[in-house]
Parts: sequence; structure tokens; C-alpha cells
Amino acid sequence: MDNNDIGMWGILIAVIGGAIRVSTPFLFVSLGECLTEKSGRINLGLEGILVMGAMSGYGIAYLTGSPWLGVLVAGLSGCVLGSLHGFICGLPRVNDIATGIGLMLFGTGLAFFLGKPFVQPKAPSLPAIPFGFWSSSPQIKAALQVNVLFLLGIALAFAMHWAFRNTRWGLIVRTVGDSADAALAMGFSVRTVRTLATAAGGFLAGIGGSFLSLYYPGSWNESLSSGQGLMAVALVIFARWRPLYCFGASLLFGGAGALGPALQSVGITSGYYLFNAAPYVLTLGIMIATSSTKHSLAGAPGELGVIRA
Amino acid sequence: MSESVVDLAAPPAGITSVPEAEEADRSKGVASEPLTGEPLVGALIADTGGIGAAVAVPAAPGFVMPDALKRSAEALFWPLASLLVTMILFSLMIALLGKSPIDLFRLIYVGAFADAFAWQNTLQRAAPIILTALCVALPAQAGLVVIGGEGAVVLGGLVAAMVPGALGASPVINLVAMALCAMVAGGIWIGLVGYLRHSRGVNETISSLLMAYIAMAVFNHLVEGMLRDPASLNKPSTKPIGDANMLGNIPGIDVHWGLSYGVIYCLVLFLVLRFTTTGYAIRIAGGNVRAARLAGLPVGRLIIGSCFFGGAAAGLAGMAEVAAVHGSANASLAAGYGYAGILVSFIARHNPVAVVPVAILIGGIGAAGGLLQRRMGLPDATMLVLQGMLFMIILTAETMYGRLKIFRPAGA
Amino acid sequence: MTNHSNPRRAAIKALSAAGAMAALGRPLAALAQSKLTVGVIYVGPKDDYGYNQAHAEAAAMLKKMPGVTVVEEEKVPETVDVQNTMLSMIKQDHATLLFPTSFGYFDPHILKVAATNPNVRFAHCGGMWTEGKHPKNVGSFFGYIDECQYLNGVVAGHASKSKKIGFIAAKPIPQVLRNINAFTLGAQSVDPSITTRVIFTGEWSMPVKEAEATNSLLDQGVDVVTCHVDGPKVVVETAEKRGAFTCGYHASQAKLAPKGYLTGAEWNWITPYTNLVTAAQTGKPHINFLRGGLKEGFVKMSAYGPGATPKARAMADDVKGKMVKGEFIIFKGGLKDNKGAVVIPAGKTLTQTDLELEKMNYLVAGVVGSIPG
Repeated sequence: MDNNDIGMWGILIAVIGGAIRVSTPFLFVSLGECLTEKSGRINLGLEGILVMGAMSGYGIAYLTGSPWLGVLVAGLSGCVLGSLHGFICGLPRVNDIATGIGLMLFGTGLAFFLGKPFVQPKAPSLPAIPFGFWSSSPQIKAALQVNVLFLLGIALAFAMHWAFRNTRWGLIVRTVGDSADAALAMGFSVRTVRTLATAAGGFLAGIGGSFLSLYYPGSWNESLSSGQGLMAVALVIFARWRPLYCFGASLLFGGAGALGPALQSVGITSGYYLFNAAPYVLTLGIMIATSSTKHSLAGAPGELGVIRA
Repeated sequence: MSESVVDLAAPPAGITSVPEAEEADRSKGVASEPLTGEPLVGALIADTGGIGAAVAVPAAPGFVMPDALKRSAEALFWPLASLLVTMILFSLMIALLGKSPIDLFRLIYVGAFADAFAWQNTLQRAAPIILTALCVALPAQAGLVVIGGEGAVVLGGLVAAMVPGALGASPVINLVAMALCAMVAGGIWIGLVGYLRHSRGVNETISSLLMAYIAMAVFNHLVEGMLRDPASLNKPSTKPIGDANMLGNIPGIDVHWGLSYGVIYCLVLFLVLRFTTTGYAIRIAGGNVRAARLAGLPVGRLIIGSCFFGGAAAGLAGMAEVAAVHGSANASLAAGYGYAGILVSFIARHNPVAVVPVAILIGGIGAAGGLLQRRMGLPDATMLVLQGMLFMIILTAETMYGRLKIFRPAGA
Repeated sequence: MTNHSNPRRAAIKALSAAGAMAALGRPLAALAQSKLTVGVIYVGPKDDYGYNQAHAEAAAMLKKMPGVTVVEEEKVPETVDVQNTMLSMIKQDHATLLFPTSFGYFDPHILKVAATNPNVRFAHCGGMWTEGKHPKNVGSFFGYIDECQYLNGVVAGHASKSKKIGFIAAKPIPQVLRNINAFTLGAQSVDPSITTRVIFTGEWSMPVKEAEATNSLLDQGVDVVTCHVDGPKVVVETAEKRGAFTCGYHASQAKLAPKGYLTGAEWNWITPYTNLVTAAQTGKPHINFLRGGLKEGFVKMSAYGPGATPKARAMADDVKGKMVKGEFIIFKGGLKDNKGAVVIPAGKTLTQTDLELEKMNYLVAGVVGSIPG
């Protein structure tokens, strides 16, 4: 009974555990957005894709009994919406930020519309790997319950990091994102590459959504996402378009989000709104500290309008 | 993993110092590859035909385009065509679900526009989003995409709710002071976004969103803490502003005066943008910052000023909600008006005059939503799908401008 | 100030509304007085496993009553939107009894609409109707669910091994504080050393934050949790995954936690709904102030889950029996808050109907945490 009383250590464990639990959707969405932005386009609609992924993943998992099939379908539905964004933005004079906002509305609306029958039923959830087996502490055991998608996300971050530097595809995406002229001169179709990158980004964001509904918190309802998809877009800028930094930023953001509840659990209950806003303040602070009008952001794709000072 | 966390906080290594060089790169990119790589900020403005072609191309103040009529017709034609296409697609979707699209559109008409009550319902919903749309439209004229108007709404409302208690003057003076204080509060909040963008190069889209979340936290913290009226039991609120200080309705219709604030604000902005040198300068800065700098325009002041007056509009929306609807500041103030304004402004192509009819259309869709739930058993999200579809199709229609011969200016 | 008194305009409105009804193929006979149209308005989705679902379940039962037509609208925000929804139900659906169920609908929205529609009855959930201050066609009803939270506490007190129990709350408002305190007092009646840890999420519905709050509490060694948020689904499921016990709230969540669900505090809104509908149907005056607990059948307990020991069941059943007879007092004299101050002077007893309880602004001794100001 006494060894349950871990006080301040509990906060640390809660923050680490929270970082692992909460960061996965941020990780997937920000990696997806990273890929899209590297190709020179921005997709603000990933929030809509995330919600659509959460709904479709949950629905399919419930109907088929297989959570992994749910994850796949979530990715595919994200891919469809991503392609739609890619196609529309490929038309002349269509603004990608505005289209993204439209997609956010459309994806969210469609998910709510189609998702009504899945609010009540209980779908099977994704399994977790108990990395805390070595510890006798139930807290550590719980904190180190790691979902496979989290590990896949880390692997993906490393893979993207490597692929951007060392593969032909990575080079093509970066070239298209840095200079459409150069890409044209090299014979790449700028439009095709961007559409594919947007579709792939949508796929990842859809998977991020399925994590919310199929693992943590692990159910589908309309208030499931509190803007994770939108924040993930901010995290990409913050992460300087580097996949590994996206991972770090997601962990940091997830951990900061766990701080508020953790402090309250030991009795520090005043100012909880302010604690809960910690991730946003942190993100804004770092953006202010690292931005400058004197130079373009390191790593920023040259074709990306949004970071223009 | 902790390494990357540390790295994040440290200044980025390998900064490439290219002052303004990227700008030039990009304009090249546009010229040679018009299909995709258009700088978005430029695109926002260059295409802002809008109704009446108010901000179509930077034109000299007071100068009337010879082809203005054609442009107006085109600016009216494509949105209406988009609306029609949306209705057809949406009908298909509804028909697939086994419901009658005819009933659906009839109900939308009944709920939104059929009679005096429907109009009142629609206009009441349109009132706040006309103002919040300006919080997107005005910065957009200066080339910024601001999506955090919700923050200015709640802060404006909070400040307005404090004024009568602090001032204790006659109702008219109280109301004027409430409006002004709310505008200043909202203006400073969004003006800060413009300042960060101009002086530090912080992306305004993201920073305004973050600041909206922060504003909400501060608002809730104060309303449920320091500024809470102890008598507000289960709905934490600030002290009521008092019935005497409430904003009444416009005579003849059951809609509060906040609606007229929005319409007047839109008209004033339209006139300023269209007929003053400042308005002209804002549009130049919005079209091409580099050109504006070369022309010696005070770009910083223009950007920050546009953000300030945009935020002021959103703050005013918050004040109207407090003074005309809630009577105090509480969590109900965060009803998503700031986000609805984004939709309205983009559909109106950031033209202040077009904002009014678009806000009425969106308000009408909202007003009809209830009837669809009750009469047809459709989920509340039906209207969200319709709005999203309409928005996407209107944006896609941007690509059609200039493609139809009848709308082409003479000599083109 | 309004145009409802303008007979010509009102006539036009009525005509066009009637025309709309006819156009939709609805019989104009709906206007006849023998039928009663009831409008129910929810702030969230009807199927949230929580607050709104509890009301929707009662509304579904109303539909089976003879002569009653129910129109419903969900996800209506506490803005001018709800005023328009009420007016639309009145004018376009001819509803004459409205159940706007969210607390935030009362002031100013219901009061404003009620003033211009004296022939329509408004039955609000949770508010405090006051004679002389509020119009006669408005009323408020609520249930003493803290009785059920006390019983939750009794069962939780038996189940807890760590002697630490947890409560996830949305906001520190009187209705919520009363539940936290009752839950704590119930548990302390089993073992006075039990403490309650509270986390306020700040929002009525925010699943990720609720899941994080549950995990944080369990990390601190808490082994039984309950909550007061709009939809307890996430809290119950998260606790179940970690093998902790839960007590439900609003509606039954037993299905979501077959192992850890001890029991739960549920609304039984059909009781006040039936009272109010019957009064309207028979032309009796509107019931302005309606309250009730276990005794009156306004609230009920979920069936015990496997985690509730026979001893816990026996004690809870005993207390429940006293509550039903009206012999049990939860908030007794000598009660101290968690800062040490006496909040109810010795010798004074607050029965459930005491309005002082509806203004509660303290956490009792044994609750870890503080509330703003």
C-alpha cells in the first residue's frame, strides 16, 4: 500500500507515460504533414482527415472485429481525402490553405454524419506491448504499455529521415518542394509529386486518427479530437521539417499535455486552465524564439508559401 | 529521444541567410510554373475579384475599371454555379441515404428564409459571423492568413463585460465604452499576431491559432476564478452587466444591434480599401510585400494595422454577444463564431461587402439545421457536410475564373 | 422590444408556418389541443453514455405516452441558437412544453423566450426557479443525485485497498462539488482515513484530457474512480483497461467495464418528465419547482458489479433503505471543509431539500485539492 504512494515521482511517470500515450496521433499527423510540406504544399485539412480516420477505423474495427483492418481503412480514407486535397490544389489558382480549411470542415462533418451508428458500440482496441514487465511498480508498468503504432511511428520517423537524404524519391520530393523550376528542369512532374505526397500525408494522418479511436482514449465520439490535427501542422514548422524533430516535438507536446492532470492528481488544482494551455504556450514561445525575418527558416521548403516572412 | 528535445530548443544549426532572396525565387517559380507553385499570399489577393470587383487588381483610388461589369458578373456567376453544383451533389448524397432531397431543400428554405421568424433566426446567427469574418478578411487583404479570431471574440467579450462595473456611467456611455474597449482588446490580440509576423517572421496562421487557445485558457481561468460572480452558481460567469446596459433590438425586427455593427464595419472597410490611399497601400502590401517595400510603403504599420482592425471586429462581436445575448461573460461565448468567420471570409473572397450575404447564407444553413433534425431525422452534422462541400466547391471554382469567354475583359 | 405583440405580423407568421406544415404534408390537426407536442433540446449528442443520453432515454419513453408527440434537437449551443431552436419548436412544430436540458440554457435564453411565449411551458433541468423572480410558465427540476454518489462512495470505500479514491470533474460548480463531497463522505463512512483526489478537466467533454486525468489518478495509487463530466465513457473504459474499479455516473456504463464497474449513480428523468407532461395534458398549472431523490424515483443506482463485496452491498442497501424512507442525512452539522473551517455548524442538519446545498462552494475534509476563489 505504501509503495503506491509515489508522490512527485508520479508526476514524472505520468508525464513520460502521457508523452508516450498522447504523442502518437501528433507523430503520425506531423510526419504526414512533413512529407506534404516537403513537396511544397501545405494541408491544413489534416484535422478533418484525422477525425475521418478515427471514425472509419473505429467503424471498420467494430464491423469486422479486426482493429488492424480498422487502421488500414483509416489510412485509406485519409488517403482519399488527401488525394482530393492534392487534386484540387493542383488546379491553377486554387489556394492550398483555404482548401485545407474546407477539407477540415468537410472531413469532420462527414465523419460526424457517418459516425453516428458507431458512437455506442464497443470496437476491439489495438494491443499494447508491456515494456514495463521488469518493474514491480504498477505505475511504471502502466506508463510503459506501449502501443505498436507508437513504435511504427518512431520507425517511420527514422525511415523518412533516411529516405529524404538517401533515396531518389526523397530527392524528388525535396527538389519539387524547394524549387519547382529545378524540378521541371530535371523532368519531374511537380503536380504529380505533390498530389502523391499529399495523398501519402493523408494516409498517415488517417492512421493517427485511428490511434485515437482504437487505442487512446479508445472510443469514437464527436469530441474525440480537440484539434490534434491542427496542432500537428504547427509542430511541423516547429520541427523544422525534419522527421526526427517531429518525433521529439510530438513527445514534448504530449508530455506537456499530461502535466496539467498530473499536477492536479497530487493536489495542485489551482490554475488548471493555465497548466492545460502549457503545450500551446511552449509551442508559441519556441516559434517566437527561433523565427526571424532576417533568414528563411532552416530546412523550410522554398516553395512553401506559408513560411514566407 | 531526449536529444531531439534538447535540439529543438536550441537555435537551429546551419541557418541559411538569404534575406529576401527566396521571395525573388518564388516569383520566378510562379512565372514559369503557373499550375502549382503560386505564392499563396499573392494568390489570395490577386484573385480577390469579389462582388463589384472591389479588390480585384490594385487600381488607383476612385478609378473605375472599364470591364467592371463583366468582372462583377463573373464574381457573381461562379459562386452561384458552385452553389448549384453543391446542391446537386448533396442531393445525390441525401437520395442515396433514402431521403428526399426535395424535402431537404424545402425545409432549408422554410427554416432559413421562408418567413419573418426564419429571417430573424438567420440574421441573428449571421450577426456575429459578419464581424468575425472581417478578422480574416482584413488581414487577408494585407496578405496574412489569420485563423484565430475566436481568441479576440472571447477576450473582447470579457473586457466588455467588465466595463459597466468599472465605469458605472449611463447606459449609452457604458455601451460605447464597452464597444471601444472590446475592440481595443481584440485588436491588440490579433495586432500582436501581425507584429510577431512582421518583426519576428512568426507564421501568423499558426501563431493566431495558438493564441486563440491561450486566450481561451486565460478567459476560462479568469471567468471561473478571479472575475467570477459568486452568485453565478452552476454556470460560472462574470457579474451581469445589468438590464439597463443591454443592447436592444433593431426596430421592426427581432435582431439585436450587433447586426448593424457588422454591416457598418463592412461598409467602412469596403470604402477604406477601395477609395483611400491607405486601402490601396494595404492591397499593394498584400499583393507583393517586396514591391510595397520598394515603393516605400510602411509595410509593418499596414500589416499590424490590418490585424488590429480585424481583431477589433472580432472583439466587437464578443461585445455584442455579451451586451445583446448573454448579459455577462461566460463559457458560452466560445461558440465557434471565430471559426465560422474563416469560412465566410474565404467564400466571400475576403471582400468586406461580399461578407454580408455570405454570412447570411451560412447563418441560414445553421438556422435550418434544427428543422432537418426534427422533421427528417438527419443528424446535426448534415449541415456541416453541406457547408464543407460548398466551401470546397467554391474554392475549386477559383480555377474557373477567366476561362469563360463572356466574362473576359475587352481586348484580353 | 419584440414584434410578437403585433397581431398582423403574428398572423402572417402563423399563416406561413401553417402553410409550411401543409406543404410538408403534415395535418393541420396537429394544432388541435388534444395532442401535446413536447420539444426536447440537448447540448450534446443524444448517445454520449452520459448526461444527454439520460435525458434522451426519458424522451424516448415519453414518445410512448398517448397523445404526446416528441420533437428533439441535439448539439444546440448555449447561445442565441438555443433561443431560436425553442422559438422554432414553438412556431414551426407547435410545441407547447419544452425541455431545454442543459443548465446553461436557463439564464438568459429560456427566460427571454418564456417572456414572449406565455402559453408555452418551459421545464428546465438543473436551474433554480425562484418565486417572484422568474415567470410562472418556467419551472426547474432536478434530482438529488448526491444520494447515489454517497452510495457510490460507500461501495468504493469497501473496494479501495489504497484508501485513495479519485474523482474526475469538469468544473468546480455547486452541482459537481456536492457530488464530490457526497462521494467522499460515503467512502469515509466506511473508513474515515480515505481521501479523494480530484482533477478538474475544465471542459464538459474532452476525451483525451479525461483519459489522461484517469491515468494520472491511477498513477498516484488511486484504485477507484468516478466522475462528473458529460460522457463518462472514456473514464470508465480507461480505468477498466488498467484494472481499477469505477463507479458510473449519469447513465449505466456497466457494459463498458464488466470487471471493474462497482455500481453507478443514474438519472431516472422519466419521473419528472411524466409529472410535467401529465400536468400539461390535464391543464393543471405548470410545476415550477420540482426536486426529488431516490425516494421520489428521480435517481437510481446501477446494479452492483462483481467488484462490490457482499459487505459493501449490505451496507449500501441499508443506507439506501434509509434514504428511501427519508431518514438519512448526508450533510450533517460539524462538517469541516478541507481547509479546516466548519462549513455546517454543529447541531444543524441540512436535509436534501435545503437550498443551501445547491450553493455549495467547498470541498469537505479528506478531498485533496482546492477550488478557485
